[in-house]
Amino acid sequence: MSMGLLGRKIGMTQLFDQDGHVIPVTVIEAGPCHILQIKTLDRDGYEAVQLGFLDKPRRLARRSERGHVARLDSKRQKALQAAGLEPLAKADCEPKRFIRELRGPVEGLQVGQMVRVDIFENVPAVDVTGITKGRGFAGAMKRHGFHGQGASHGVKKVHRHIGSTGMNTDPHHTFKGKRMAGHFGNARRTVRNLQVVQILPENNLLIVKGAVPGPNGGFLLIRETNKLPRPALNRPALANQG
Amino acid sequence: MTQKIMALVEKTCTKKKPPQFSIGDTVDVHCRILEGDKERIQIFSGTVIARSGAGTREMFTVRRIVAGEGVERKFPVHSPRIAKIVVKRSGRVRRAKLYYLRQRVGKATRLRERHGVVLPGAETEETPQGQ
Repeated sequence: MSMGLLGRKIGMTQLFDQDGHVIPVTVIEAGPCHILQIKTLDRDGYEAVQLGFLDKPRRLARRSERGHVARLDSKRQKALQAAGLEPLAKADCEPKRFIRELRGPVEGLQVGQMVRVDIFENVPAVDVTGITKGRGFAGAMKRHGFHGQGASHGVKKVHRHIGSTGMNTDPHHTFKGKRMAGHFGNARRTVRNLQVVQILPENNLLIVKGAVPGPNGGFLLIRETNKLPRPALNRPALANQG
Repeated sequence: MTQKIMALVEKTCTKKKPPQFSIGDTVDVHCRILEGDKERIQIFSGTVIARSGAGTREMFTVRRIVAGEGVERKFPVHSPRIAKIVVKRSGRVRRAKLYYLRQRVGKATRLRERHGVVLPGAETEETPQGQ
């Protein structure tokens, strides 16, 4: 498995290093995650690990979701067993709220195994994927960082408009992809190469430098960064005054 | 839950004994100044006119008059660069933000002294960090 984990954004704050520099950080509750399923080349055509994060109350889980994590005595199971098929390995845990797959080699991993934040112990930086905050139908200033128009100098009622969308007779149309107002946010985004500042394994916390997509409480997929060249491991020396 | 986790994380980076002072106090702020590899202490003294934020983000504003010109400096309470804060005098004030002092000059900037107040640990000596 490539180094990865599921988590939840807790929020942002700032920490001091020993020289008194402020480090802006995001606190992420990362794991523990159950391995729910292992995809193999033989059976699925690719190798991947399916992770599940946070329990879901059984009353909210569908039967299929429950059957995915634990063995149910269903007619189908009985029929499969009667036909001599080996039952699939199950994690034997509660149904999970957030399930994602991580591609990569699966040697030495088992269904039901727990993955914890300590896998990032020697990882210098991570990529964090989340769903950004939805901003609805946003104007071009907010959505694309346009400057809008002047507040005065004869500008009337178009202070936040985009201005011209193209030329005249030639080409006679607005080019495709012209940046305009529209739906903004609520999209999957990845922030790459966030430095790992601190890991608190006893509380399942991962602290990274900088911001990650989404609201506090939003689910995240955290992977070792694929940015090249790989940054060297440098944890800042925090001012531990406590 | 979220707040508990944040408090836990911030606790690792805040001073165990935060300096004790309040709004209206006249204080000496001892700042560590790094010059190359040498370190020296610089003192900024003035009146505390505001305190804001919480946790590691808590800041306070100190105002003083330098050569007839008002100077304000904002410090993080928990910064390791703040060696210590010494309370020289406590002022009697009735609000949390003393921005009205900005409009005043000369004698009018004085605050009435608050007598008989013994601040616990007013001269908080911070343990040197990371040295």
